[in-house]
Amino acid sequence: MSLLIVLDVIAILIVMYLYRVVRGPTVFDRLLGLNGISTKAIILLVVIGTVYERVEMFVDISTGYALLNLVGVLAITKYLTQRWRA
Amino acid sequence: MTYSFELPLLALLILTAGGAIIVKELISAVLILGAYSFFLALVWAWLGAADVAFVEAVVGAGLATVFFLLTLSQTSPEDTRIRRPPPPIIAVIALPLLGLLLLYAANDLPAFGDPGAPASVHVSPHYIENSLADTRTPNVVTSVLMDYRVLDTLIETVVVFTSGIACWLLLRRDTE
Repeated sequence: MSLLIVLDVIAILIVMYLYRVVRGPTVFDRLLGLNGISTKAIILLVVIGTVYERVEMFVDISTGYALLNLVGVLAITKYLTQRWRA
Repeated sequence: MTYSFELPLLALLILTAGGAIIVKELISAVLILGAYSFFLALVWAWLGAADVAFVEAVVGAGLATVFFLLTLSQTSPEDTRIRRPPPPIIAVIALPLLGLLLLYAANDLPAFGDPGAPASVHVSPHYIENSLADTRTPNVVTSVLMDYRVLDTLIETVVVFTSGIACWLLLRRDTE
Protein backbone atom coordinates (compact mmCIF):
# COMPACT_ATOMS: atom_id res chain seq x y z
CA MET A 1 0.00 0.00 0.00
CA SER A 2 2.75 2.46 0.93
CA LEU A 3 4.44 1.66 -2.39
CA LEU A 4 1.32 2.80 -4.22
CA ILE A 5 1.44 6.10 -2.28
CA VAL A 6 5.07 6.51 -3.40
CA LEU A 7 3.98 5.86 -6.98
CA ASP A 8 1.28 8.51 -6.77
CA VAL A 9 3.62 11.10 -5.23
CA ILE A 10 6.21 10.58 -7.97
CA ALA A 11 3.47 10.74 -10.60
CA ILE A 12 2.28 14.10 -9.22
CA LEU A 13 5.89 15.38 -9.33
CA ILE A 14 6.16 14.24 -12.95
CA VAL A 15 2.96 16.11 -13.85
CA MET A 16 4.53 19.30 -12.42
CA TYR A 17 7.59 18.85 -14.64
CA LEU A 18 5.36 18.00 -17.57
CA TYR A 19 3.58 21.34 -17.23
CA ARG A 20 6.95 23.02 -17.77
CA VAL A 21 7.75 20.76 -20.74
CA VAL A 22 4.47 21.35 -22.57
CA ARG A 23 3.98 25.00 -21.60
CA GLY A 24 7.50 26.32 -21.01
CA PRO A 25 8.17 29.46 -23.07
CA THR A 26 11.78 28.73 -24.09
CA VAL A 27 13.59 25.62 -25.22
CA PHE A 28 15.67 25.58 -22.04
CA ASP A 29 12.58 25.32 -19.82
CA ARG A 30 11.54 22.26 -21.79
CA LEU A 31 15.05 20.80 -21.61
CA LEU A 32 15.20 21.20 -17.82
CA GLY A 33 11.70 19.80 -17.47
CA LEU A 34 12.60 16.75 -19.53
CA ASN A 35 15.71 16.24 -17.42
CA GLY A 36 13.61 16.36 -14.23
CA ILE A 37 11.14 13.88 -15.69
CA SER A 38 13.94 11.48 -16.55
CA THR A 39 15.39 11.57 -13.03
CA LYS A 40 11.94 10.78 -11.63
CA ALA A 41 11.53 8.10 -14.30
CA ILE A 42 14.54 6.15 -13.05
CA ILE A 43 13.05 5.98 -9.55
CA LEU A 44 9.54 5.30 -10.81
CA LEU A 45 10.64 2.30 -12.90
CA VAL A 46 12.40 0.76 -9.89
CA VAL A 47 9.31 1.33 -7.72
CA ILE A 48 7.10 -0.35 -10.35
CA GLY A 49 9.57 -3.25 -10.33
CA THR A 50 9.26 -3.48 -6.54
CA VAL A 51 5.46 -3.57 -6.84
CA TYR A 52 5.75 -6.48 -9.27
CA GLU A 53 8.60 -8.10 -7.24
CA ARG A 54 10.78 -8.28 -10.35
CA VAL A 55 13.26 -5.56 -9.41
CA GLU A 56 16.26 -7.03 -11.26
CA MET A 57 14.56 -6.64 -14.64
CA PHE A 58 13.35 -3.10 -13.99
CA VAL A 59 16.75 -2.02 -12.70
CA ASP A 60 18.05 -2.96 -16.16
CA ILE A 61 15.36 -0.86 -17.83
CA SER A 62 16.01 2.16 -15.64
CA THR A 63 19.79 1.90 -16.15
CA GLY A 64 19.31 1.76 -19.92
CA TYR A 65 16.94 4.70 -19.75
CA ALA A 66 19.42 6.73 -17.68
CA LEU A 67 22.32 6.02 -20.06
CA LEU A 68 20.38 6.75 -23.25
CA ASN A 69 18.83 9.84 -21.69
CA LEU A 70 22.33 11.16 -21.04
CA VAL A 71 23.15 10.59 -24.72
CA GLY A 72 19.94 12.36 -25.75
CA VAL A 73 20.59 15.42 -23.57
CA LEU A 74 24.18 15.62 -24.83
CA ALA A 75 22.90 15.54 -28.42
CA ILE A 76 20.38 18.30 -27.70
CA THR A 77 22.95 20.57 -26.06
CA LYS A 78 25.43 19.93 -28.88
CA TYR A 79 22.76 20.85 -31.42
CA LEU A 80 21.81 24.01 -29.52
CA THR A 81 25.41 25.25 -29.26
CA GLN A 82 25.83 24.68 -33.01
CA ARG A 83 22.66 26.59 -33.82
CA TRP A 84 23.43 29.54 -31.56
CA ARG A 85 26.96 29.90 -32.88
CA ALA A 86 25.87 29.95 -36.51
CA MET B 1 -4.90 -2.12 -8.84
CA THR B 2 -4.16 -2.05 -12.56
CA TYR B 3 -6.74 0.60 -13.32
CA SER B 4 -5.72 3.09 -10.63
CA PHE B 5 -2.47 3.95 -12.42
CA GLU B 6 -3.21 3.12 -16.06
CA LEU B 7 -5.75 5.82 -16.88
CA PRO B 8 -3.65 8.83 -15.78
CA LEU B 9 -0.73 7.40 -17.78
CA LEU B 10 -2.89 7.19 -20.90
CA ALA B 11 -4.13 10.74 -20.31
CA LEU B 12 -0.50 11.94 -20.08
CA LEU B 13 0.27 10.08 -23.34
CA ILE B 14 -2.52 11.93 -25.15
CA LEU B 15 -1.44 15.26 -23.60
CA THR B 16 2.19 14.89 -24.71
CA ALA B 17 1.23 13.66 -28.19
CA GLY B 18 -1.07 16.66 -28.69
CA GLY B 19 1.57 19.03 -27.39
CA ALA B 20 4.16 17.65 -29.81
CA ILE B 21 1.78 18.25 -32.73
CA ILE B 22 0.68 21.74 -31.67
CA VAL B 23 4.04 23.29 -30.73
CA LYS B 24 5.68 25.43 -33.43
CA GLU B 25 9.37 25.05 -32.62
CA LEU B 26 10.53 21.66 -33.89
CA ILE B 27 13.24 21.27 -31.23
CA SER B 28 10.54 21.61 -28.57
CA ALA B 29 8.46 19.01 -30.39
CA VAL B 30 11.44 16.63 -30.20
CA LEU B 31 11.73 17.23 -26.44
CA ILE B 32 8.00 16.63 -25.90
CA LEU B 33 8.26 13.43 -27.95
CA GLY B 34 10.97 12.31 -25.51
CA ALA B 35 8.48 12.73 -22.64
CA TYR B 36 5.86 10.90 -24.77
CA SER B 37 8.02 7.84 -25.29
CA PHE B 38 8.89 7.83 -21.59
CA PHE B 39 5.18 7.60 -20.71
CA LEU B 40 4.74 4.87 -23.31
CA ALA B 41 7.61 2.94 -21.69
CA LEU B 42 5.88 3.37 -18.31
CA VAL B 43 2.64 1.95 -19.75
CA TRP B 44 4.53 -1.10 -21.04
CA ALA B 45 6.32 -1.52 -17.71
CA TRP B 46 3.05 -1.22 -15.81
CA LEU B 47 1.41 -3.88 -18.00
CA GLY B 48 4.35 -6.21 -17.26
CA ALA B 49 5.95 -6.18 -20.74
CA ALA B 50 9.42 -5.38 -19.45
CA ASP B 51 11.28 -6.14 -22.69
CA VAL B 52 9.06 -3.84 -24.76
CA ALA B 53 9.47 -1.14 -22.11
CA PHE B 54 13.24 -1.55 -22.38
CA VAL B 55 13.17 -1.14 -26.17
CA GLU B 56 10.85 1.87 -25.95
CA ALA B 57 13.05 3.57 -23.34
CA VAL B 58 16.26 2.95 -25.29
CA VAL B 59 15.04 3.56 -28.85
CA GLY B 60 12.24 6.04 -28.27
CA ALA B 61 13.82 8.27 -25.65
CA GLY B 62 17.45 7.91 -26.69
CA LEU B 63 18.05 7.02 -30.33
CA ALA B 64 14.98 8.70 -31.85
CA THR B 65 15.93 12.01 -30.18
CA VAL B 66 19.41 11.81 -31.68
CA PHE B 67 18.05 10.95 -35.15
CA PHE B 68 15.51 13.79 -35.02
CA LEU B 69 18.25 16.23 -34.04
CA LEU B 70 20.49 14.99 -36.87
CA THR B 71 17.61 15.68 -39.26
CA LEU B 72 16.93 19.09 -37.72
CA SER B 73 20.57 20.15 -38.03
CA GLN B 74 20.27 19.63 -41.82
CA THR B 75 16.89 21.34 -42.24
CA SER B 76 14.95 24.33 -40.90
CA PRO B 77 14.29 24.54 -37.14
CA GLU B 78 10.84 26.09 -37.63
CA ASP B 79 7.61 24.32 -38.50
CA THR B 80 6.62 25.65 -41.92
CA ARG B 81 3.49 23.69 -42.46
CA ILE B 82 1.33 23.93 -45.53
CA ARG B 83 -2.30 24.72 -44.81
CA ARG B 84 -4.10 21.47 -45.38
CA PRO B 85 -7.63 21.22 -46.80
CA PRO B 86 -10.22 19.97 -44.29
CA PRO B 87 -10.80 16.20 -44.33
CA PRO B 88 -13.71 14.91 -46.42
CA ILE B 89 -17.07 14.48 -44.69
CA ILE B 90 -17.17 10.74 -45.26
CA ALA B 91 -13.88 10.28 -43.37
CA VAL B 92 -15.17 12.37 -40.43
CA ILE B 93 -18.24 10.13 -40.22
CA ALA B 94 -16.71 6.74 -41.09
CA LEU B 95 -13.55 6.75 -38.96
CA PRO B 96 -15.28 7.22 -35.55
CA LEU B 97 -17.74 4.50 -36.56
CA LEU B 98 -14.80 2.20 -37.37
CA GLY B 99 -13.32 3.02 -33.95
CA LEU B 100 -16.62 2.14 -32.27
CA LEU B 101 -16.71 -1.15 -34.20
CA LEU B 102 -13.17 -2.00 -33.05
CA LEU B 103 -14.05 -1.13 -29.42
CA TYR B 104 -17.15 -3.37 -29.71
CA ALA B 105 -14.99 -6.20 -31.06
CA ALA B 106 -12.43 -5.67 -28.27
CA ASN B 107 -15.15 -6.55 -25.75
CA ASP B 108 -14.95 -10.18 -26.85
CA LEU B 109 -11.21 -10.44 -26.23
CA PRO B 110 -10.20 -12.27 -23.03
CA ALA B 111 -9.28 -10.05 -20.08
CA PHE B 112 -5.67 -8.96 -19.52
CA GLY B 113 -3.77 -11.75 -17.73
CA ASP B 114 -6.73 -14.17 -17.91
CA PRO B 115 -5.38 -17.70 -17.24
CA GLY B 116 -8.34 -19.23 -19.11
CA ALA B 117 -7.63 -17.36 -22.35
CA PRO B 118 -7.05 -19.57 -25.41
CA ALA B 119 -3.47 -18.32 -25.77
CA SER B 120 -2.51 -19.43 -22.26
CA VAL B 121 -4.50 -22.69 -22.42
CA HIS B 122 -3.49 -24.07 -25.84
CA VAL B 123 -0.51 -22.18 -27.25
CA SER B 124 1.88 -21.42 -24.40
CA PRO B 125 1.93 -24.89 -22.73
CA HIS B 126 2.71 -26.54 -26.08
CA TYR B 127 5.80 -24.40 -26.62
CA ILE B 128 6.89 -24.67 -22.96
CA GLU B 129 6.60 -28.47 -22.95
CA ASN B 130 7.87 -29.35 -26.43
CA SER B 131 10.35 -26.67 -27.48
CA LEU B 132 13.39 -28.28 -25.83
CA ALA B 133 12.68 -31.68 -27.43
CA ASP B 134 11.83 -30.12 -30.81
CA THR B 135 14.64 -27.62 -31.22
CA ARG B 136 17.34 -28.47 -28.62
CA THR B 137 17.38 -24.81 -27.56
CA PRO B 138 17.14 -24.03 -23.83
CA ASN B 139 15.55 -20.57 -24.37
CA VAL B 140 11.86 -20.84 -25.33
CA VAL B 141 11.67 -17.34 -26.83
CA THR B 142 14.70 -18.00 -29.01
CA SER B 143 13.30 -21.31 -30.22
CA VAL B 144 9.97 -19.70 -31.16
CA LEU B 145 11.64 -16.80 -32.93
CA MET B 146 14.42 -18.70 -34.67
CA ASP B 147 12.85 -22.11 -35.26
CA TYR B 148 9.04 -22.24 -35.22
CA ARG B 149 8.69 -18.85 -36.90
CA VAL B 150 11.96 -18.81 -38.81
CA LEU B 151 10.29 -17.96 -42.14
CA ASP B 152 8.61 -14.93 -40.54
CA THR B 153 11.91 -13.77 -39.06
CA LEU B 154 13.70 -14.30 -42.39
CA ILE B 155 11.21 -12.14 -44.29
CA GLU B 156 11.36 -9.47 -41.56
CA THR B 157 15.11 -9.38 -42.07
CA VAL B 158 14.57 -9.06 -45.84
CA VAL B 159 12.24 -6.09 -45.24
CA VAL B 160 14.74 -4.32 -42.99
CA PHE B 161 17.58 -5.00 -45.44
CA THR B 162 15.53 -3.72 -48.40
CA SER B 163 14.56 -0.52 -46.62
CA GLY B 164 18.21 0.01 -45.66
CA ILE B 165 19.28 -0.35 -49.31
CA ALA B 166 16.49 2.02 -50.40
CA CYS B 167 17.58 4.66 -47.86
CA TRP B 168 21.17 4.35 -48.98
CA LEU B 169 20.21 4.70 -52.66
CA LEU B 170 18.01 7.74 -51.98
CA LEU B 171 20.39 9.56 -49.66
CA ARG B 172 23.78 8.93 -51.28
CA ARG B 173 25.62 11.91 -52.69
CA ASP B 174 26.67 12.03 -56.30
CA THR B 175 30.41 12.05 -56.67
CA GLU B 176 30.31 14.10 -59.87
